[in-house]
This record gives sequence, structure tokens and C-alpha cells, in this order.
Amino acid sequence: MNWLKNIFREIFALFVDDGSFALAIIIWLVLIRWTTSHLNLSPAATGILLFAGLALILIESTVRYARHKRQVTGNG
Amino acid sequence: MGIGWAHMGTSIVASFLASLVECVEALTVVLAVGSVRGWRSALIGSATAIAVLLVIIAALGNALTHIPLPIIQLVVGTLLLLFGLRWLRKAILRSAGIIPLHDEQAAFAKNSQAMRNLGSGHSTWDKVAFAAAFNITMLEGTEVVFIVIAIGAGRTGMLLPASLGAVAALIVVIALGLALHRPLARVPENTLKFTVGVLLSAFGTFWVGEGMHLAWPGADWSILALIAAYLAIALTMVPLCRNQAQGVPLNS
Repeated sequence: MNWLKNIFREIFALFVDDGSFALAIIIWLVLIRWTTSHLNLSPAATGILLFAGLALILIESTVRYARHKRQVTGNG
Repeated sequence: MGIGWAHMGTSIVASFLASLVECVEALTVVLAVGSVRGWRSALIGSATAIAVLLVIIAALGNALTHIPLPIIQLVVGTLLLLFGLRWLRKAILRSAGIIPLHDEQAAFAKNSQAMRNLGSGHSTWDKVAFAAAFNITMLEGTEVVFIVIAIGAGRTGMLLPASLGAVAALIVVIALGLALHRPLARVPENTLKFTVGVLLSAFGTFWVGEGMHLAWPGADWSILALIAAYLAIALTMVPLCRNQAQGVPLNS
């Protein structure tokens, strides 16, 4: 059954390799879900907000990784 | 509204490219197993895994028809976002030279050596070759199944175009594997992953929005706008991350 364990590990790794990145995406989706049911924003504006948040999470995470790599390798 | 062309076309392309990447990775290992330990057990291992995956697809496809569409869109969209943004983030970092590119030749050499280390295997039935080929085909195939379901489950009638994209990728890779008998090292894997990351992130954002009952401006055409926006951000991020890794300040 080792192959089954490997497959489950692989499936988890499909979605998560940086925990804080995955968590930030989930939190943002929950916030947007809350926004749609509690605030009176137009559906189109919420769509743009959804995308903008996800884009910011991507930008922050890649820049953070690049900076971390610089600190580890000692560049700059 | 029926299935828009924008939607169907991008589904087929996304499914084809994503499946192509996974099939190339599986082919590298199956070639290593087959060339070192013999083809019979390796091919039977891969074929068995494909049969198991087809059963899983049939079972999941049937189960999905019983779940309300907005719930599928929300759940599948969330998984697609986690998957697509993870691929895109990695592809940006690879393009910026911060993490190394995947090397199919090196993977082939490593797997071939691992197979040699396990001793002779040219008997009629080689359990090691069968298990190795079965494992890699199941692992990469599971990813293909997820991609097809994630792309195709968000709207009625989309599973077929997504499946066609994956089947086309499988046929292309098998044909190239049979013709070349060596790993497809010249496939621009990171470019594919970059493209697929953009496409899957756009689909994920769209599905999640639909699942939350958001009205996308332009309906299905907003997928193309999301693709363009993610692509623009990703392309901008590559030099930015390269500079960050080399210690160049953001405002320089």
C-alpha cells in the first residue's frame, strides 16, 4: 500500500508546497465569500476584487521567496 | 447560454498543455524502467495504471452529476486556484533563475541508475519494473485526472472537451516516445508550466466567482481577460524576482 500513501502525499503536494501561500489564498476566498453575503458590493466589483487579491498574494509570495533566496545565498 | 467558444477552446488548450507536461514526466520514468529492466513488465504496469485511472474517472464523473453545480464550481475552483497559482509561482521563480529548471535527461539518468541498482530484471515477469511503471503512471495520471475534472466539471458539457485535450496529449507523448525512444528533453517544460499556470489560475478564479454567484463582465469572455491579466502579472514578475534575488531594490 506504499503506492497509495505516495499518491495521497502527491495529491496534497499538488495544492500545497508553500503553506503560507496556500493559506493566504484560502483566507482571501473566505473573505470574498463573506463580502458577497454581508456587503452590498456589485457582483462585478467583487469579481475584480477577487482577482486583485489573488494577484497580490501571488506577487507577495514570489517576491518574498526571491528575497529569502538572496538572504540564503548571500547575494547583494 | 451554451458553452462559449472562448470557454471550450481554452478548456481544450489548458487540458492538453497541462496533461502534456505530466505525460512527458511519466514517459521519462517509463522509458528508464523499460530500457533497463525490459519493456513487457514496464508497459503492463503503465497500462494497468491507465485502466485504474479510467475506472476512477468513470466513478468520479458519475458522482459529480449528483452534486449541485455552484458547490462543484466553488470546490473545484478553489482546488484549481491552489494548483494553478502554485504552478504559476514556481514557473515565475524558474524563469527568473531562482529555482532550477526540471531536467528530463537528468531525471532519466537518475531513474535508469536506480533501476540498475535493483539488479537484473530481464525475466518474464519483473515486479520491480511493473511497480515502478505503475507508480509513476498513477502519480502523474492522478494529476491529469484532477486537471481534466477541475477544468471540465465547472459547467455542463465541458468534461468532454477537457478529456479530449488530455487524450490528445497522451497520444502525442506516446507517439513521440515510440518514435524517439528517449526522454523528451527538448520540450520547453517551464514555458508549458508557465502557460498552464496562467490558464488554470484564470479558470480557478472564474469558477470560484461563478460558485459565489458573481456576475463576470462579458460572461465567458472574462476568462480571456483573466488569462491576459494573469499573464501580464506573471511576465512582469520574472524580471522583478530576478532583481530581488540579486539584491536590486524594487524602485531601481
